[in-house]
Amino acid sequence: MSKSKFFPWYAVNLKNKQQIYLALDREKTGKKRCWQQLAQATFDEISASDFFYRNRDIAGFTNPSRAIFAAIRELVENSLDAAESQKIPPEIYVRLSFEGEASKDTQIYKLRVEDNGSGIQPRFIPSAFGQVLFGSKYKLKQTRGTFGLGGKMAVLYGQVTTHQPAFVTSSTGQTKIYSFKLMIDIQRNRPIILDRKVLINKDNWRGTIVEFSLEGDYLRAMPKILDYFKQTAMVNPYANLTFVDPKGRLYKFTRATTEMPEPPKETLPHPYGVDVELLQRLIMVTPFNNMTDFLTGHFHRVGAVTALKFLIFSDLIVFTCSQHGKIPTDQIKLVDNKPVCPQCGKDAQSSTKNPKRLSHEEIVRLMQNLKKYKDFLPPDASCLSPLGEELLKTGVQKELNPEYLVVHQRKPSTYAGHPFIVEMAIAYGGGVPKRGSFVIYRFANKIPLLYDEASDVSYRVISAMNWRRYKVAPDMPIAIVIHICSTKVPYKTVGKEFIADRPEVRREEANAIRDVARQLQHFLSRQEHVHMEKKRLGIFSKYLPKIAQFSATLAGQERVPDIDKLLKSVQKYGAEES
Amino acid sequence: MAQKKAKIIERRNEVLAGLRKFGSKMYSQLDEGVFPTIDMPSRGTDNIMYDAALRQYILGERNVSRSARNIRHIKPFTQLAWAAMFSNELTSQRKTSTLRDVYYSAQAYEMTFTDQQESNNIITDLETLTGFAREDFHIFPEERSAIFGDLDIGYTVPGYEGKTLNLTSHPDGVLIGPALTSSELITTKANKVIAIEKGALFTRFIEENVHNKHKALLISCGGQAPRQTRSFIRRLHDELNLPVYILTDGDPWGMHIAQVIISGSANAAHLRDLNTPDAVWSGVWASDIIEYKLPTDPLDEVDIKRLYELQKDPRYQNDPIWQKEIKLFLKIKRKAEQEAFSRYGLTYIVDEYLPTKLKS
Repeated sequence: MSKSKFFPWYAVNLKNKQQIYLALDREKTGKKRCWQQLAQATFDEISASDFFYRNRDIAGFTNPSRAIFAAIRELVENSLDAAESQKIPPEIYVRLSFEGEASKDTQIYKLRVEDNGSGIQPRFIPSAFGQVLFGSKYKLKQTRGTFGLGGKMAVLYGQVTTHQPAFVTSSTGQTKIYSFKLMIDIQRNRPIILDRKVLINKDNWRGTIVEFSLEGDYLRAMPKILDYFKQTAMVNPYANLTFVDPKGRLYKFTRATTEMPEPPKETLPHPYGVDVELLQRLIMVTPFNNMTDFLTGHFHRVGAVTALKFLIFSDLIVFTCSQHGKIPTDQIKLVDNKPVCPQCGKDAQSSTKNPKRLSHEEIVRLMQNLKKYKDFLPPDASCLSPLGEELLKTGVQKELNPEYLVVHQRKPSTYAGHPFIVEMAIAYGGGVPKRGSFVIYRFANKIPLLYDEASDVSYRVISAMNWRRYKVAPDMPIAIVIHICSTKVPYKTVGKEFIADRPEVRREEANAIRDVARQLQHFLSRQEHVHMEKKRLGIFSKYLPKIAQFSATLAGQERVPDIDKLLKSVQKYGAEES
Repeated sequence: MAQKKAKIIERRNEVLAGLRKFGSKMYSQLDEGVFPTIDMPSRGTDNIMYDAALRQYILGERNVSRSARNIRHIKPFTQLAWAAMFSNELTSQRKTSTLRDVYYSAQAYEMTFTDQQESNNIITDLETLTGFAREDFHIFPEERSAIFGDLDIGYTVPGYEGKTLNLTSHPDGVLIGPALTSSELITTKANKVIAIEKGALFTRFIEENVHNKHKALLISCGGQAPRQTRSFIRRLHDELNLPVYILTDGDPWGMHIAQVIISGSANAAHLRDLNTPDAVWSGVWASDIIEYKLPTDPLDEVDIKRLYELQKDPRYQNDPIWQKEIKLFLKIKRKAEQEAFSRYGLTYIVDEYLPTKLKS
C-alpha cells in the first residue's frame, strides 16, 4: 500500500511530526491556543496521539459529561458518513451500558455503535481506529467530520480512562467479517492489535461495529444526548436511529423516507481559498512544470483561459513574438483568448516558470494575486450535499410535527473560496413548543450544533430581524431550523459548536430567513382572516336571532321573522359596511 | 283634574306607540330580508348646540345610522332592541325599574352589558331615538332628592290610584321618585319653589318653618339635581305657575347646579322639558360673600379652572349676573358654603338673608 494514499495528502512530505501540527492547525483552527501548544512541542517532541491525549478539550472531551456526548456524537457521525457515501439509508444502533462506578460523579460505560455503512477494508481497520490523524476525510468535499480525529479520540479517551481495549468488527459486504481487538500506543501513535478474527459472512452483512469502555457522566449528559439524537433525526430523515441508554430506555427515531441527497463530489481547492502553506505543499507534490498546467491542474474552476488571464494579471508569464522578440506583458493582445503580438498580429509564444522554481517571495505574491484577481469563476456546489427542501421538510415534519412548515434553500454562495449553501425552515404551532422565544435548531453539514447558541451568527441574524413586520411575536410557538453546508464550515472555534459571523454567511442566512418569514406571515394573516371571519359569523348568528325575537315581541307579532337569508348573505359577501 | 289624568294616560300611550313603531320597523325590515337600520340624531359633541330661544342645549341636524349589517353596530343594535322591548314591558305593565336593574335584567336574555355605562348609553340611545325620557319608559335612577311643602298630589301608580297626599305630611320630606313624578299636581298654597343644593339646609328650612313663613315648596337637590327632579321642578313651574329660586353653595360647582336646573345639560340635549328657564339663582353669590362677610375657603386650582370654563359656556351668556359673579369669584378667590351663614346664628339665613334675596 502506498502510504500517501491514506495519509493526509498534505502531510506527504512532512519531515517530522511538528509539521503535522502545523498542518492541522492551519487547516482547522487558526487559534492561538494551538500555537502555544506548538511552542512547547518544539522542545519536547510528542506523537499526534500523545498530543491529543494531552489536549483532549480540542476535540471536545472536556469533562466527563461532554466526553460521553462527544464519543457518541463522533461515532454516530462516522457511521452516517459511512452509509451516506454509498447512498445507503443509514441504520444506526447505539447502546450505552453501565459497567461500574468510577468516581463520585462518574461511571464506567460501555459504548457500542453499529451501522450498515460502507464498512472498512480489513487492512485499514487498525489504523482507522488506532492511529490519530489517519482518515478518509482529508479531501475537499462536504463531510461531517473533517480530520479523522473524532472516532479515534473517542477510543483514545476510552483507553486512557478505563485501560480497556476497543473492539472493532467490520465488513464491506464481501465473504468475510473481520474482528479486531485494539489498543493505541499513545506515545508512538500506532495501533496495537491484541486479537484478530476472521468470520464467514454468511448473511452478506455490511457495516461496522465499534465497542469500547469509557468513563463519563451520563446523567448530566443525557439531555444533550437526547437532543442530539432528535436533531440528528431531523436533518437525516432517511436514517433509522436507535439508542438504548444505561437504564435500558429505548429511543427510536424512525426514518420517514428512503430518499437521500446526492453524495458530494470531491473537488480541488478554489484559488480564493488558498494560503502560502497550501501553495507550498502543492508545489512540492505537483507533477506539472509550468504555471498554466499547475493552475488548471490543482485549482477548482480554473481552465486554460482563466489561467492565461490570471498569469497576465500577475505578470508571471513571458510572451515572445517570432518577429518582434519579447513583448511586455501589459501590451499583449488577446484575440479569441489567444495571445497575439500587438505589432504584427501573429500568435505569440508564451512561457512560464516551473512552479518548483518559484522563490518564497514569488509564492507569497502568487497567493496575494490569487486573492486579488476578480475574474475567477465562483466555486460550484457539486462538492456540497445539501439536504434539499423536500428532505428538510420531511425531517422537520417528522420530528416537530408543526401546524405550518415552510422551507427554503438558498442558491450556492461562497466565502473565501469555499462554497456553501444555507437551508432554512420555519415551523409554527402543532408540536412546536412555546417558550417565549424562538426555538432555534442549528445544523452544519447535517450535524446538530448544540452549544453556544448565542454566539452563532444565526442567533444574531434572528435577533436583528424586525419580526413585527412579519406579524411574528416571540411568544408564538415558532421553531427556526438553519442548515449550512460547506466544504469548510466557518466554525469560530475548534469545538465545532457555532458559526462565525462572516458577512457572506450572514447575508445568506438573513435572506433565507426573510424568505421563510414572509411565507409564515402569509400563513398567519390567512389564519387570522379565517379566525376573524369565524368570529364575525359568530357575532351575526348570536345577535340576529335576538333582534328577530325582540322585534317580534315589541311589534306584537307571533311569528319570528326568518333570518337565515340574512345570515347566508353575511357569509357570502364577507366584506362589511362601516 | 280629569283632564290632567287623561294627559298622563295619553303620554303613556304615546310612549308605547313610539316603542312599538320601532319594533314594527325592525320586524318588517327583517321580514323583507333586509338588515334593520335606524337613524337618529348624533349625540357627538359637534352636534350639540345651544339654542338661545329654547334656552337649552339641543341636538343639531346630523344623524347617525345604526345598522345590524355592520359588525360593530350589531351588538349595540341588539341591546337597543332589547331595551325597547324591556321598556315596552315596563310601561305597559306600569312597573318601574332603575338603570342598575336594567343592567341586570339584560342578563336574563343573555344580553350582557360590559358595564353599567354601556347599558346607560343604550337607554340614552333609546331616549334619542324615540324622543322620550327614560322616566317615560319607567326607568329611573336611584332617588336622592326630596320635596316638602303644602302641595296636594294625586297618585296614578297602580294600587294608589285616587289616593292623595299633602307633601307636608312627612317632616323629612317626600322622596321625588316615580310615584311622585307620575302624580297629578292638585292644589298648593305655596307661591314659590325653593330648590336647595344640600339636604342639611333643606332640613334646617323645614325646622325653621320656611315653607309657612315664605309660602314655599322646598326641594332638596342632593347635589346636582337628578333628571326627574329637574323635570318635576319644570312641572311645578309650568302647571302651578310658581316661580323657582335656587340656593346653592357659593362656588363654581354650586353655580353650575343652579345653571343645569335653569338651562339643562349637554348630556340631555336630546330631551326637552327637563329645564326651567325662568328659574332664578338666588345665591350664594360671590357678592354675598363680601356683603355678608361670610367665612370662606380659598378657591383651589380646579375651582379656578372650572370658573374659566364656565365663563365661556354659552349658558352663562344669557344673564349678566353670571359673568359678573364669575369675575368676582376670580377676583376674591374665595368660596363659601351655604352653612357659612351659621356664624350669624341658626336662623339668620331664614330670617335675614332669604327674604332679602327673594325680594331682589
